[in-house]
Amino acid sequence: MRIFKTVGVLVLLAIAVVFPIVFSNPTITTIAVFTLMFAAAATGWNIISGYTGYVALGHAAYFGIAAYALALMCQDWHIPGGYIPFLLVPVAGLIAAAISVPLGWIALRVRRHTFIVITIAMFFIVQLMAYNLSQLTNGSTGLGLPIPTDWSGDFFNTPFYFVTLAVLLIAMGISWWIRHSKFGLGLLAIRDDEDRAMGLGVRTGSSKLAAFVISALIVGMIGAIWAYFVESIYPASTFDPNFDVAIALMAFMGGLGTLAGPILGALILEPAQQYFTIQYGQSGYYLVIYGALFLVVIIFMPRGIIPTARDRWYTFRETRSQRQQESGITVTALPPQGDGVAGVEKKEGINL
Amino acid sequence: MLGLIIEAIILGILTGGVYALMSSGLTLLFGVMEIINVGQGALVILGAYLSFVLEQKLHVDLFVGLLITMPVMFGLGIVIELLFIRPVKGDRTMLSILVTYGVALVIEGILNLIFSANYVQLRAWYVTASIKVGGFYLPYIYVFGFLLAVALLGGLYLLLYRSRFGHALRASMQNRTAAELIGIDVKRISTLTFGIGIALAAAGGMAFGATSAFDAGSSYDLISRLLAIIIFGGMGSLSGALIASLGMLVVEDVTAVVWSPVWASTVFFILLVIILVVRPQGLLGQVEGRKQ
Repeated sequence: MRIFKTVGVLVLLAIAVVFPIVFSNPTITTIAVFTLMFAAAATGWNIISGYTGYVALGHAAYFGIAAYALALMCQDWHIPGGYIPFLLVPVAGLIAAAISVPLGWIALRVRRHTFIVITIAMFFIVQLMAYNLSQLTNGSTGLGLPIPTDWSGDFFNTPFYFVTLAVLLIAMGISWWIRHSKFGLGLLAIRDDEDRAMGLGVRTGSSKLAAFVISALIVGMIGAIWAYFVESIYPASTFDPNFDVAIALMAFMGGLGTLAGPILGALILEPAQQYFTIQYGQSGYYLVIYGALFLVVIIFMPRGIIPTARDRWYTFRETRSQRQQESGITVTALPPQGDGVAGVEKKEGINL
Repeated sequence: MLGLIIEAIILGILTGGVYALMSSGLTLLFGVMEIINVGQGALVILGAYLSFVLEQKLHVDLFVGLLITMPVMFGLGIVIELLFIRPVKGDRTMLSILVTYGVALVIEGILNLIFSANYVQLRAWYVTASIKVGGFYLPYIYVFGFLLAVALLGGLYLLLYRSRFGHALRASMQNRTAAELIGIDVKRISTLTFGIGIALAAAGGMAFGATSAFDAGSSYDLISRLLAIIIFGGMGSLSGALIASLGMLVVEDVTAVVWSPVWASTVFFILLVIILVVRPQGLLGQVEGRKQ
């Protein structure tokens, strides 16, 4: 089983690497870049919301802060377009992470519903700041980023593609590591029963805050790349409430709290969304279709594709082995085996 | 200056009443059903557009039109609850946010299709005519809107505290399981509460649409304010929502006068953050017990 997984991951990675070489059409690579961005952002978001169960609906704030941070750094230091702005992406992410520390501290003082609503409210505060601090952010006029003039035509998307892919791999690495560490076990314990986890000695406060800041860092780095990719940023497009809900929906659709779930969700939803946008423009049809898709996913698949599919697979395997036993062939019904942390994988295994 | 501040306070109280109308539905839904209806903003705008259509096409007075729009929105609320909220399994609160967001997107999309993205404002004689209060002029709609809010919230009070339905509703708010055990049909109560919350949103939408121009996208601004109000007041607390609505609008209007309109809502949001640091459950909210 493990060897299949490793091979599978390597094959997927190879596909991801050769993709822009095979499909050089800019329309397709643009969709691919956005898809990778959302996959990475959803993976980052999953670290706080999937693992701890604290659903944050305000991560567009950190996305936007990092976007503005990158734009301002490039502006103040007169950085030309090219590869150098990519080096500043982690810096922009760290700025967003630094701002997420006090905000996360305040928000994480409450639980569940109130936490959700507070993160939404904080998002709107930050968005308002982007409009109002016009000396810094240029208000609704927006800011421009350096344009890489050397890259043209089919090549333009390629650097963005690989940088985003790198961030996605880093995000997955972090997510995987957390899932297999004692820290991650603590986060899962918080999700299942926070008071009991606290009683058992999990430092719930600092664990939650750490998860929050890590997810803000990843989402922030994506925000910075996004800003450089779209070249000019405005408060309305950079701090977009739809972003908050889009990454949440992707993680939900794929499977909240699983490693591959958010990526699967992004791979399905983001190309669909881009297609609808291209097809119907910004008219109402797009919103109606997207909203309807939303409702269908949540009503019919509240647990997400991966957990649902896994359960189906296990029941299928069990019934099959039972049937074989009845027909005289003895096959031991194996309990579901995962390579996750003992006691956890029964509920949420790691599937890639 | 003092006159301006007094004017701002009066204006804040009057518009605050309208916000109380919109946020009371939201906090009531949370209290009874433990759901957060992020579609409330879109439903308010939908209510405003319904009033707009009645006024434009059939020349129905805005306040008379409420006799039509409120029952229609009540029905719509019941349909939404039955179709989308009730089938939700698992973590209701979380999923309800996503579901109602999906509903909001669909409503916004439909409104965009029908009315395009142009700003409109409701028209009536009392929107343009003003009354002289003290040293300044105030459009009648602010007074009428406030009176409407007082009347409807008074009606809501009577319904909650003086009727059998209200007793059942408050029992469901206090303890869902215990209410079910003593024979209250909590599901039915929930559906009706959803309808009532949406009907109140429609009334608030009419007053909102008469005092400011709106389009389908106005719902985002609105829902952020409404959510801020119910967190400030304490989620699930009706009186908290009332106090927070009045407080928010007064603070905003006074800030707009003494400082700058640009910073008006920021000051309220900063107050919100301060109250959350001191009292995370909000002004009148209850500390959440341990859920098994």
